[in-house]
Amino acid sequence: MSLFEAQGISVRFGGIRAVDDVSFNVEKGEVFSIIGPNGAGKTTIFNLISRIYNSTEGKLIIDGHDFTRTPSYQVASLGIARTFQNIELFPNATLLQNLLIGRHCHSRVGLLSQMAFLPSTRRAEIQHREKAEDVIAFLGLQRYRDSLIANLPYGVRKVVELGRALCIEPKLLLLDEPSSGLNVEETEGMGFWIEDIKKDLGITVIMVEHDMALVNQVSDRVMALNYGKVLAMGTPREVQTHPEVVKAYLGGELEDVA
Amino acid sequence: MRYLFRTDYRQDLSVARHGGDLFWYGLLLVVMFVIPLVMGEFYVGELGGVFIFAIAGVALMLLVGYTGLISLGHAAFLGIGAYVNSVLLARGVPFAVTLPAAGLFTAICGAAIGLPTLRMSGLYLAIATLAFGSIVGTVFQKWESVTGGFDGFAVPTPSILGINLDGATGIYYTSFAVLLFVIWVSVNILRSPMGRAMVAIRDSEVSAQSMGIHLARYKAMAFAISAGMTGLAGALFAHYVRFLAPDAFDVLLSVQFVTIVFVGGLGSIQGAIFGALFVRLLPQFIAIVRDDLPFGIGRLPGLEPSLFGLVLVLVILFQPDGINGLWQKAKRWFTAYPFKRQESSRRQKSYARSERLR
Repeated sequence: MSLFEAQGISVRFGGIRAVDDVSFNVEKGEVFSIIGPNGAGKTTIFNLISRIYNSTEGKLIIDGHDFTRTPSYQVASLGIARTFQNIELFPNATLLQNLLIGRHCHSRVGLLSQMAFLPSTRRAEIQHREKAEDVIAFLGLQRYRDSLIANLPYGVRKVVELGRALCIEPKLLLLDEPSSGLNVEETEGMGFWIEDIKKDLGITVIMVEHDMALVNQVSDRVMALNYGKVLAMGTPREVQTHPEVVKAYLGGELEDVA
Repeated sequence: MRYLFRTDYRQDLSVARHGGDLFWYGLLLVVMFVIPLVMGEFYVGELGGVFIFAIAGVALMLLVGYTGLISLGHAAFLGIGAYVNSVLLARGVPFAVTLPAAGLFTAICGAAIGLPTLRMSGLYLAIATLAFGSIVGTVFQKWESVTGGFDGFAVPTPSILGINLDGATGIYYTSFAVLLFVIWVSVNILRSPMGRAMVAIRDSEVSAQSMGIHLARYKAMAFAISAGMTGLAGALFAHYVRFLAPDAFDVLLSVQFVTIVFVGGLGSIQGAIFGALFVRLLPQFIAIVRDDLPFGIGRLPGLEPSLFGLVLVLVILFQPDGINGLWQKAKRWFTAYPFKRQESSRRQKSYARSERLR
């Protein structure tokens, strides 16, 4: 059984079908990339999976559990973490606090216990801190631990956002353009983090990405979208040579366009 | 220069970061306990007022500075706390019960106003809370059987364990104890998941949500906690003014609370204390120097509100970190002396999402 399944999901904004009857399965331990020209509906699929948008049709399933109508704040506890295209960290908090917010879905202490900071809260806090420190060590962020996010360079923030998602201890990690805004070396570094996440942590990744070098480096399978519809699915090689995909990116003959 | 060597996660969780903190805060505590013994009744009374405003300031700081929700209705919460406390006292309920009851009831009111306003933020939330404040003010005026309406009513003398808490000294110690309690709770909240959730909501709602934070629940809780603390301040305020009249809890008082938060410095508990000191002591300062001012400035009507407004504008323009920012800057200068650097205190122009109006 696949870890994640999308069965014919669609969403309409007014007359526009942003995502139109898209189905795909993601196997456990796989890196699955979604590519496509701007406006193809890639990020919309992410927003559907993280339940920011309601899908008009179709089903979303993780681990055999249907979460098509689960409220968005419960998606994290289902083991789905995500990053954002234009970094959505908490800029006026420290790196450590950002990671600890990632632990939120695992916190179980009551409000009164927090207000009095009872020993149970203290114990839980130390456990969360240990998990956050694991992530800091994994991503090599030690020297920035107590820096405000607002004072960190863009490339580091990108890694911090990855770290915050890892703090959720997800089964499924959604990466929205992990290489956007990064230079060549940083993009390469991001590729290594993604491979490590797959191999060492065994986390399944769905990635939206424009940088084909990165897609080729890390993906097991690729899905190409255009106008909200699936054009092709398969290995990176197969998809890139698929005639429909070539046409979507490079344009086809006149009668095809008309 | 002090370098912290950390060997245990417990260290980062403790309230005092190092021995110096323990020493200075301990000294401050002792001084505050001794003050009523050595100072005149007038000053003790004024400081009691500062404490009460500091409680409300800390409460509003949690909401504005940490959760990023504005409220122009906190005078109403203060009023609710004041009336609940006094009405219960007048019916013979002991003060040890009426004080927490005032806090609890106001917290419930806070949650009740928090729930419908959750979808709003920025200006719209300000307008909604402003409306709430004026509705509550009208209730105080019209519900004469309970509140006494415009005639007001005299607040009975509170007592705990047979000790009458009347007079400046009684109010001073009670308010000080409640202030310490409120600060303790706030610090605990801020180092717990609740406090981090508040900061997350302030900085980015969409990503707070995808971290598993239930926005509606946490905003309502932040409102309830803030209102509850303000209710406690209100109960004490009733004894501070001794006579409740509905026009004491108008929008100008709410604006004073907002001034506490902004002038003190957004996003710090210390800032709320500094802000309360400023807001309570500026009028006293004006009263003292009024007669010595040249050209008859001191006899101008509306001197006080216009000075408040001027300071608020100047702070927002030139010192957005407020008095607390100045204090931190001074501390840095002394700890780093003689290696002072102009750059380290220069304001960074960064795009802070929480300041954006939506």
